[in-house]
Amino acid sequence: MVRITKKEALQIFKEATLYELGKVADEIRRKLHPEGIVTFVIDRNINYTNICINRCKFCAFWKPKEHPEAYVLTYDELTRKIEETIQKGGTQILLQGGVNPELGLNFYLDMLKFIKKNFKIHIHGFSPPEIAFLSKKEGLSTKEVLERLKEAGLDSIAGGGAEILSDKIRQILSPNKITSAEWLSVMRQAHLIGIKSSATMMFGSIESDEDIVEHLDVIRKLQDETGGFTAFIPWSFQPGNTELKRRYPEIKPSGAVRYLRVLALSRIYLDNFKNIQVSWVTQGIKVAQVGLLFGANDFGSTMLEENVVKAAGVSYTVTIEEIIEAIKQAGFKPAQRDTYYRVLKYFSQ
Amino acid sequence: MFSEIERRVVNGERINKKEAIFLFNSDYLHAIGELAEEVSRKINQNRVYFIVNRHINPTNICVNRCRFCAFFRSPGDPDAYAMSIDEIIKNIRETEQCLGYLSEVHIVSGLHPEWKFDYYLEIIREIKREFPNIGIKAFTAVEIDHFSRISGLSIEKTLEKLKDAGVDIMPGGGAEIFNPQIRNIICPEKISAERWLEIVKIAHKLDIKTNATMLYGHIESYADRVDHLFTLRQLQDETGGFLAFIPLSYQPKNNKIKATHPSGIEDLKTIAISRLVLDNIPHIKAYWVMLGEKLAQVALLFGADCFEGTVIEERIAHSAGASSKNGLSVEEIVYLIKESGKIPAQRDSFYNIIKLW
Repeated sequence: MVRITKKEALQIFKEATLYELGKVADEIRRKLHPEGIVTFVIDRNINYTNICINRCKFCAFWKPKEHPEAYVLTYDELTRKIEETIQKGGTQILLQGGVNPELGLNFYLDMLKFIKKNFKIHIHGFSPPEIAFLSKKEGLSTKEVLERLKEAGLDSIAGGGAEILSDKIRQILSPNKITSAEWLSVMRQAHLIGIKSSATMMFGSIESDEDIVEHLDVIRKLQDETGGFTAFIPWSFQPGNTELKRRYPEIKPSGAVRYLRVLALSRIYLDNFKNIQVSWVTQGIKVAQVGLLFGANDFGSTMLEENVVKAAGVSYTVTIEEIIEAIKQAGFKPAQRDTYYRVLKYFSQ
Repeated sequence: MFSEIERRVVNGERINKKEAIFLFNSDYLHAIGELAEEVSRKINQNRVYFIVNRHINPTNICVNRCRFCAFFRSPGDPDAYAMSIDEIIKNIRETEQCLGYLSEVHIVSGLHPEWKFDYYLEIIREIKREFPNIGIKAFTAVEIDHFSRISGLSIEKTLEKLKDAGVDIMPGGGAEIFNPQIRNIICPEKISAERWLEIVKIAHKLDIKTNATMLYGHIESYADRVDHLFTLRQLQDETGGFLAFIPLSYQPKNNKIKATHPSGIEDLKTIAISRLVLDNIPHIKAYWVMLGEKLAQVALLFGADCFEGTVIEERIAHSAGASSKNGLSVEEIVYLIKESGKIPAQRDSFYNIIKLW
């Protein structure tokens, strides 16, 4: 199949019908995953701190240091959360901050070593903003920071913090957060030293169609270079309790029609990505199921705990059994996977 | 087979049962949706209707105890309730003040063992007296049958009295699934399919328009769904009295039937196939209370042309675990319809357009 250009992507995104986009994306998904398997990972999001200097305007999770709800998790809490995850069959934790200015590289190294010493679990951790911050704080190169984190036990990097990779939009949404080029550079560096990562996109705030295509394009280029992305996960901005919503009260959460269009476009454009994930956390189970016919082949994670989207007032909680059932109901074969999308377990009918 | 179905539909010909079952079993979701959208545009241009309404369920005490229902209570239950007429009027007034405007009240009730038919008539009369400009959509065929039995009046007489009291149209509930074997399992106390159809037919003869529903996604088969749709199509050929068809997506919580949620794919397919089969019913409704507002928005491109309404205080689906909101604002509805590429058309009870947004 011939790769589509940026210009073509923009044209189909603006002009093609939902059915056209869906049909093409579904055809591509069938080619890449002909066995009809839809995977998911059992994991828990652990946010080791909610103190954050980035203070992004779309985020309802961060707290200033002085805030009564500001926290840094203790090892006891960390232990309890990981034990629960393993008990429920979990294979991975998604370990993410807050970019807490008081926590230096040693905090991170100690935390990773502590986890690895006590538990056999995959650490899918941090995201480029945290790594870029550590490099600045410690006066070390990104490469050095990544190597030390890897040595201490970091297995892979989460794709967060990408938001929309367009500096024009980032200036408004998250002026304190790293630039698009910095985000890409951290990921490049990680991939080069053998750390895999996912990639995300948060759309539905104030970006244009052009910004979305630009985002897909820079991700596709980096993937051509490194091959280090395991999956792409688009999700939509949730305006509840955010400064962005206070500042632009007319912003409405992106509807499912736009979500499905973005999902399908992602599948069509990112021909070098094996996996596209649906976001049931932001879209609900029913739309996530429909997403499986709009290019996605992965149901994401069970999220035994999730704090960030919940802080924005959106909370769909589901059990592992419900995820398995939802995949079956949608006509696919559910399979539990690991962080690298290798199947660990099938579930009989 | 699909291209043959497509050709027929595009030419305005009817599809048959076998073809409808084929569509249910196929995995052509996108193509079925596209075809349903084409039919929808022919009937309703590019419009999506909505209404500023509120639901009122005067009581949850019900003698029927349907197995799929999580709303009913028995008289002594701690959360059983029965509203006075004053409470009902107060609820409507509050909603009208809060929204600034109200076009319709939707009244569906449990079958209270002690209430007399006169009490129901009194509810309607009082609402009409207090709010002469608000449309009253009230009582399903199941309730009409109950009223007729407790009052000793014929169905005709019962309906005439309700119409005189102020009922404008009737909702489509209680149809569930017409197959008697399934009905016997999910709602053995409820009136038969024949009775439901008979009552609706009489209503249509008395010039009371009604809606029709189908509860799907529990233990019925595709053939049951298709039979249900074709039965409705046939009745509509005879009477022309149906305004809208509303496929109701089964909600599995807090009830006695072992089944799961139909998938979002199943919901969209059912809506689209309904649009294709029911070529004689003008409107297909995406009932966001059961679908969630996100999937309901997608349904607007899969054959639905009506987004129900603001609803306000829905109790029945929420008792069974519906996770949607209790109501939507006009602003939210207009936004969702526009984002789907359609034109929001605010309507009254009879689908007259009040305002194009």
